Amino acid sequence: MIDVQHLTKWYGRTLAVDDISFHVEAGSVVGFLGPNGAGKSTTLRILTCFQPASSGSASVDGCDVFSQSVQVRRRIGYMPENVPLYPEMRVREYLRFRAALRGIPRSQRAVAIDKVLEDCWLSSPQDMSYRRLETLSRGYRQRVGLADCLLHDPPVLVLDEPTIGLDPAQVREMRNLVLNLGQKHTVILSSHILAEVEQVCKQIVIISSGKIVAQGTPRELRERVSGPGRLIVELRGAMAEQLARDVAAIPGVQAVEPAEAGEWCRLSVQSTEDVDVRVQVAAMAASKGYQLRELRREVASLEDFFVQITYEQSMRQAPVAL
Amino acid sequence: MKVLTLAKRELAAYFYSPMAYVIAALFLAMVGLIFLLGVHVPFLKISLEPVFRSGAESTLRPLFDVLAYGLVVVIPLLTMRVVSEEFRTGTIETLMTAPVTDAQVIGGKFLGAMILYVILLATTLVYFGLIAAFGQPDLGVAAIGYLGMLLLGGTYVAVGVFASTITRHQLVAGIIGIAILAFFTGGIYLLVLLVPPEQASAVSRLNMITYFSDFSKGVLDVRGVIFFVTLTAFFLFLSVKVLESRRWR
Repeated sequence: MIDVQHLTKWYGRTLAVDDISFHVEAGSVVGFLGPNGAGKSTTLRILTCFQPASSGSASVDGCDVFSQSVQVRRRIGYMPENVPLYPEMRVREYLRFRAALRGIPRSQRAVAIDKVLEDCWLSSPQDMSYRRLETLSRGYRQRVGLADCLLHDPPVLVLDEPTIGLDPAQVREMRNLVLNLGQKHTVILSSHILAEVEQVCKQIVIISSGKIVAQGTPRELRERVSGPGRLIVELRGAMAEQLARDVAAIPGVQAVEPAEAGEWCRLSVQSTEDVDVRVQVAAMAASKGYQLRELRREVASLEDFFVQITYEQSMRQAPVAL
Repeated sequence: MKVLTLAKRELAAYFYSPMAYVIAALFLAMVGLIFLLGVHVPFLKISLEPVFRSGAESTLRPLFDVLAYGLVVVIPLLTMRVVSEEFRTGTIETLMTAPVTDAQVIGGKFLGAMILYVILLATTLVYFGLIAAFGQPDLGVAAIGYLGMLLLGGTYVAVGVFASTITRHQLVAGIIGIAILAFFTGGIYLLVLLVPPEQASAVSRLNMITYFSDFSKGVLDVRGVIFFVTLTAFFLFLSVKVLESRRWR
């Protein structure tokens, strides 16, 4: 559905997007993840034909964003970051204007507007359709922005930071809305909050300093981080070496490292993949009369991974201090 | 079709903000003053008798002649927000990612502002009515006068729209618009004095007022029509190009 090849964007002498390539299948929900200033918005702006790329190409549904700009724009619903709206207009009036601008035939406009108002919870529980846009709260502005994207029922939705500035309840609503939309549309959304992207997206592209540093499904990315299972065990009742030897003797355990010595001995246990040795560790401790204070599986979160790779990337790019 | 949609929104935006009312008030005060009291600025040696006085020729010509200068200030104030506001609030992003071309956007902005100008100009028909009630104005002269006002106004609006596309600051847009129009009206008189005499007549042909005064006299000069239409088209073309170039920055 969306194909991006070697996309590069310079702003003057600043390189905002550096040779990005990715592909999005129809019907998938893709999360664009990166710290602030990583080039997410720039990439989305190129995809939505707001800005041209310096080099490289991008196409949406087979139409090139540069040479077939209007066709691409017809196929995309774009909600920019911060959702710019005309402050003086009213919700329904704004949507009527946008519907006309999108070339929806006059006879179908009212139906389309009613539908998006309903889908974005703007007509019920509270009817917001005659509110002035400038009087709307952040959450409602966001919904109006989304309603605008959905008016012409485009195959592709591009949402730049759809949850920024929302309170937790609104974030959850927005997330459900996006999940819902993902069933019918191809969705690209950007965020700098991983938890959101992880829950909503089938595919994640992590971008940092204008480069793609990782991409894959949340599961694939998580596997890249955590590797085989790892246990943290805290025991006492014998010398540290003795404890380590006893734990290492359990079948399935690959390596044991004493992490911390003291009154309690803390061990970091590496087991073979897909084997959970927690039960065996507990049974061993009970049979030998050791006291067990902690036994937990350590799962590296995607968050760690995200911070780690974006940090590495920014370190590599850091200018040499004079 | 999309041009009309854009123009409609533009026009509505004028009436939602105090802008349209303040400028209309300014315009009406100006017209009323010229019509009933005349303009007397002893210190600039300007003295203009009221248009509406006994014994005067029954025509709006003196009003139009002064308005041609007054609109140099009024119209840029009217048009300064059309595009710069979109840049400032970021709505340009939703606008330009909708399936509309740059030319349609500029066309819509121009048309919206033009309609408001026509509404303002239409208010002067009241004064024409007064003149007609107390005298016998020549309808042909009046019609050509109004045609001149439309052509001149259209050019002013195009210049104003252009000024608005080059900056995100409304006030700067207003000042640039006034400066460009001041050049094409009063500024040419100064330029004529500076260039060698053999080029002076060519330079003075750039003066909008020269062409406009034919219209206000009641003379329909095709050169004037072509001059104003060309200049309007030229500034609209420039606006489209500036808007396009914005994408590259």
